[in-house]
Amino acid sequence: MITAGIDVGIQTVKAVIVRDNQLLSHSLVMAGWDPEISLREAMDEAMEKAGVSQDKIGKITATGIGRKEVSFANDYATEVTCDAKGAAWLFPSVRTVIDIGAEESRGAKCDSTGKVLDFVNNDKCAAGVGAFVEAMARALEVKIEDMAELSLQSQKEIAMNVTCVIFAESEVISLIHAKTPKHDIARAIHDAISSRTTAMVRRIGIEKDVAMIGGVAKNAGVIDSLRRYLGVDVLVPENPQIVGALGAALLAVS
Amino acid sequence: MSPEYFRWEESNWHSDDKDWRKAKMITAGIDVGSVSSQAVIMVDGELFAYGNMRTGSDSPDSARKAMQGALEGTDMKREDIQFTVGTGYGRVNVPFADRLITEIACHARGANFLYGPTVKTVLDMGGQDCKVIRCNEKGKVTEFLMNDKCAAGTGRGMEVMSELFAVHIGEIGSMSMDIIKEPLPVSSTCVVFAKSEAAGLMRSGWSKNDVLAAYCGAMAHRVSNLLKRVGVEEDFAITGGIAKNIGVVSRIEKEIGIKALTPDFDTQIAGALGGAIFAGDLLLKSRKAI
Repeated sequence: MITAGIDVGIQTVKAVIVRDNQLLSHSLVMAGWDPEISLREAMDEAMEKAGVSQDKIGKITATGIGRKEVSFANDYATEVTCDAKGAAWLFPSVRTVIDIGAEESRGAKCDSTGKVLDFVNNDKCAAGVGAFVEAMARALEVKIEDMAELSLQSQKEIAMNVTCVIFAESEVISLIHAKTPKHDIARAIHDAISSRTTAMVRRIGIEKDVAMIGGVAKNAGVIDSLRRYLGVDVLVPENPQIVGALGAALLAVS
Repeated sequence: MSPEYFRWEESNWHSDDKDWRKAKMITAGIDVGSVSSQAVIMVDGELFAYGNMRTGSDSPDSARKAMQGALEGTDMKREDIQFTVGTGYGRVNVPFADRLITEIACHARGANFLYGPTVKTVLDMGGQDCKVIRCNEKGKVTEFLMNDKCAAGTGRGMEVMSELFAVHIGEIGSMSMDIIKEPLPVSSTCVVFAKSEAAGLMRSGWSKNDVLAAYCGAMAHRVSNLLKRVGVEEDFAITGGIAKNIGVVSRIEKEIGIKALTPDFDTQIAGALGGAIFAGDLLLKSRKAI
């Protein structure tokens, strides 16, 4: 059976098509003003890459904050369910999944089948989510994709007060004025988000193996910091942003 | 460069009818905050001059700038000031302070002078923090509660909104009152999320004034909860920059059912004013010691 998963996030929309547990295709488009347009685009792109039409797809499961916008979905699933399902399919040894997206972050504990045993969510505060790194990169006048390389050059730890994105912006500006090297500030930013994430995931217990998914997982600087804070290795899939949609597509199979 | 809507007006003032040269006591308080810095000069226990300036990247410079602002238009020099107290989060960097005192103590003392000894509860809404201070009729702190961890409920949060809506920060309050029906408050706590939520409300057809009302309402609600935790004993006064925002002030008054006193001077000077009063006490003490 061919199934599809679609993950409607705040910043991006992802679609994945699988056939009997085999990944056929995936797509990622920016979420525009109108979610209906962007989710249609993501779906069409994935179908085109897989060479299938929508009538061949047996089941479509939608996830993500905007999942209810997917009028053509057969089923809906929470982000945490899909994260665990997708991550466990990619890495069967995974027991803890950390997902840091644009405006949310969460941790899930799961078994080898990707069934969620426990989870924790952060959706109240932007410190600890992708928006934090983006705002800090802006303050630092560094492109978000250059943050990782910059921070990995740093050998120095600087303590940053990281309780709030808005306050952290002022702090980054003060550090710039104090002539702190940019790479040390970049590392402090990545340490900050990692420290918050570690504190959050510790509430459900950190069990090996640990995988990180979501847009922030593309930042090798954050991964490096997170490894240090967690004290364990962190597995990162090749396309960390599509794992939720993958999980949704796999859920549709069962 | 686009206009900077979040930029509030700097201000200064001085008394014309006071001859400071005959004074026995000239003291000053400097409050270096995260967003604004103030200097207040007192002559024989009376308010003589003040300056309220934006804090720059360098605390000592900001302290100097605030002092220059206060001295501007007078023929007084900084050397004429006999005792200076530094306060605020940047107080350790006030280069010409004789003594440092916490902003909590200074705010209570300053509010006691600004609003009179009947003030028992002071809500200070600053640039990066928000505090509720309970004090006695002498302006001595009896209890306080502070939020300095999150920008929700602070001036910085309001600045973010003024930028988003391209509305001057001084106009937000009155615009938020110019509405037909009070909207539901913005639901996000975090300023970053509230910004997205506000943008979404605009897209869904809300008017600018309605969204600003929803944001002022959310801020008022958050601060009212802080007030309720400490308990509000009348008289009640609000200091800091947000005290100038009628949209937040009137909604706090409505939620707690208590009217706030209105001051005759800039509400941002309370901390520095308290510092200048403490400076007077300390100066007297040192003279007695001699």
